[in-house]
Amino acid sequence: MKKHILIALIALFATNIYAQKVKGSDTVLPLAQRFAEAYDKQGITITGGGSGVGITSLLDNNCDIAMASRRMKFTEKSKLSKKGIEVNETVIGYDALAVIVNPNNKVGELTIKQIEQIYTGEITNWKELGGADLNIVVYARETSSGTYEFFKQRLLNRKNYMQSVLSMPATGAVIQSVSQTAGAIGYVGLAYLNDQVKAIEVSFDEGKTYIAPSFDNAMSSTYKIVRPLYFYSQKGKNSDVDQFIEYTLTAEAQKLVLQVGYVPIDEKNNSTTKISAF
Amino acid sequence: MKRKQKIFEFIQEKILFLSGSFTSITIILIVLFLFKEGLGLFSSPQIEDGYSVVVNSQNKVQNYTSEELTDIFNQDITSWETLGGNDQDISLFYLDDITSYVSEEELGADFENVSQCIDRIIGENPNIIAFLPSEYITESANMHIVELGNITVSEFMTGKNWSPSSQPTPLYGILPLISGTLWISLFAILIALPFGLAVAIYMAELADAKTRAMLKPMIELLAGIPSVVYGFFGLVVIVPLIQEFFGLDVGETGLAGSIILAIMALPTIITVAEDSIRQAPKSVREASLALGATKLQTIFRVILPSSISGITAAVVLGIGRAIGETMAVLMVTGNAAIIPTSIFEPMRTIPATIAAELGESPAGGVHYQALFMLGIILFLITMVISISVEFINSKHKKSSL
Repeated sequence: MKKHILIALIALFATNIYAQKVKGSDTVLPLAQRFAEAYDKQGITITGGGSGVGITSLLDNNCDIAMASRRMKFTEKSKLSKKGIEVNETVIGYDALAVIVNPNNKVGELTIKQIEQIYTGEITNWKELGGADLNIVVYARETSSGTYEFFKQRLLNRKNYMQSVLSMPATGAVIQSVSQTAGAIGYVGLAYLNDQVKAIEVSFDEGKTYIAPSFDNAMSSTYKIVRPLYFYSQKGKNSDVDQFIEYTLTAEAQKLVLQVGYVPIDEKNNSTTKISAF
Repeated sequence: MKRKQKIFEFIQEKILFLSGSFTSITIILIVLFLFKEGLGLFSSPQIEDGYSVVVNSQNKVQNYTSEELTDIFNQDITSWETLGGNDQDISLFYLDDITSYVSEEELGADFENVSQCIDRIIGENPNIIAFLPSEYITESANMHIVELGNITVSEFMTGKNWSPSSQPTPLYGILPLISGTLWISLFAILIALPFGLAVAIYMAELADAKTRAMLKPMIELLAGIPSVVYGFFGLVVIVPLIQEFFGLDVGETGLAGSIILAIMALPTIITVAEDSIRQAPKSVREASLALGATKLQTIFRVILPSSISGITAAVVLGIGRAIGETMAVLMVTGNAAIIPTSIFEPMRTIPATIAAELGESPAGGVHYQALFMLGIILFLITMVISISVEFINSKHKKSSL
């Protein structure tokens, strides 16, 4: 009897397929889960934590694919190359960010400059923006979030956030807080928008036209707070990992991108790709 | 037979001794590890790891403080005149901007000419200040590399800004975090102590056996709820309540954290305090009643003083729970790194900071070391509290003898 169990155990370990570990951005998480479900139900484990967490664990060899909602920072890249790890960067889709306020807020339109002024602390009351006499309560994500970095790069013109910004540990917490705080402003990925909060229409041309953060507007590039979502993997480490990444770029997988609420790669021309920062 | 027993007892004794020393050594090793990782912070440069700030060598302004650099890159200082230079606008330069100065062909196919291009750009623009990866910077006559020195102990201990993502100089000032931690823990214990004591007295002295048999497991269940559940409860229920009740702009305040922590510390306080109250000597209790004291008089004048050491132990354990809690606090206090002036403001605590930021900081980096220093500070705070409580306790015992 004992022998049988032993043999069964050995067989179990021997046939155990290589489990890919995917880790990182909470924004990419729902998408990666859909990919994994459609691709292979057992062999892939996915955990969140933030883009920084994913890239750090790629560095420490704790995961096979790092999900990121921002590009790898130069320091991260140089740490990887010091360790002799070469990485593949794959854009698997795009995400649009929506700026949200409490549903009872009268203000429904902001220019990109006004958003910057709110987050750097220059504008502190909604009445300066045509709203009620109400202090603005500014919510952001924790610093490990790729959303935090992207927002700083693209909307704050690389300025630092003001000190008194409230940082929340998760996107769900941002929505919850904004929905229950009258003077709140925050930002979340388009896929997370719901009725509890109001999405702000943003002007990119100093107030001439205001564009709603909708899926169609993001696809047509009229709504410009859009960022690429990345998979980072170690070059030549495991062919299973490479195959999974290749799969995410197929037309079939890109349909899932649409379903989850992100913008697929082929719909968007790649004119936004800037010169490599590295 | 006797000899066998002797050997057996000897072995038992040694095992007990070994497990005791093993625990002590583990604790000492953990503390040593904390210090080893944390102290490296003070030999790390102020400017973000792997980056340099450079200006044109003709620029009159050659020395900067970290505040000045932060103001420049936040575009709060926009003219060199403010810093004693020429009356010229400051132009900021990041690596991403390089294509607006030179063409992609000039950079080379694999960006092999980036260093030369940067050297030329800085040489050609006297009003430029650049924040660049150090490896693209070559010593040359065109540029002056800004030196800031290392992070100092006093900057860390008295700094009023905690902003590790700030560029070009991450700011590691722990005053806002320490004050947030102390405010929240103090109020938590102020709320939890009277409540906890009241429940403990009720359960030990007043409740009948049936009520007690029902209450006790319920309170113990309270200790088994995961802290993130408390956090969600706080965010959805307590935060809006506080906001409405006090008419605040924002409900994520230190008070919300204190209330959640008080609830979380209650089971510990109640269990420990109740045990010590029940252990008050029967003779003392009966003597008091025999002298004609009422039940409540006996409880407050006789039983509570005689079980004071158990109650202080309950307080210390409760504070320990409150100071070290991470996840629940992270969700309800708003985590704004500002020095609070009242309990009705958003606060950021030390454990919440470590929990939120450790994942993104690569092992051995400056940010990682700063977080370990936070761990050391937290360790010192709890150590000071337990030592002082012990001290007060021993004094009390002496005087009551």
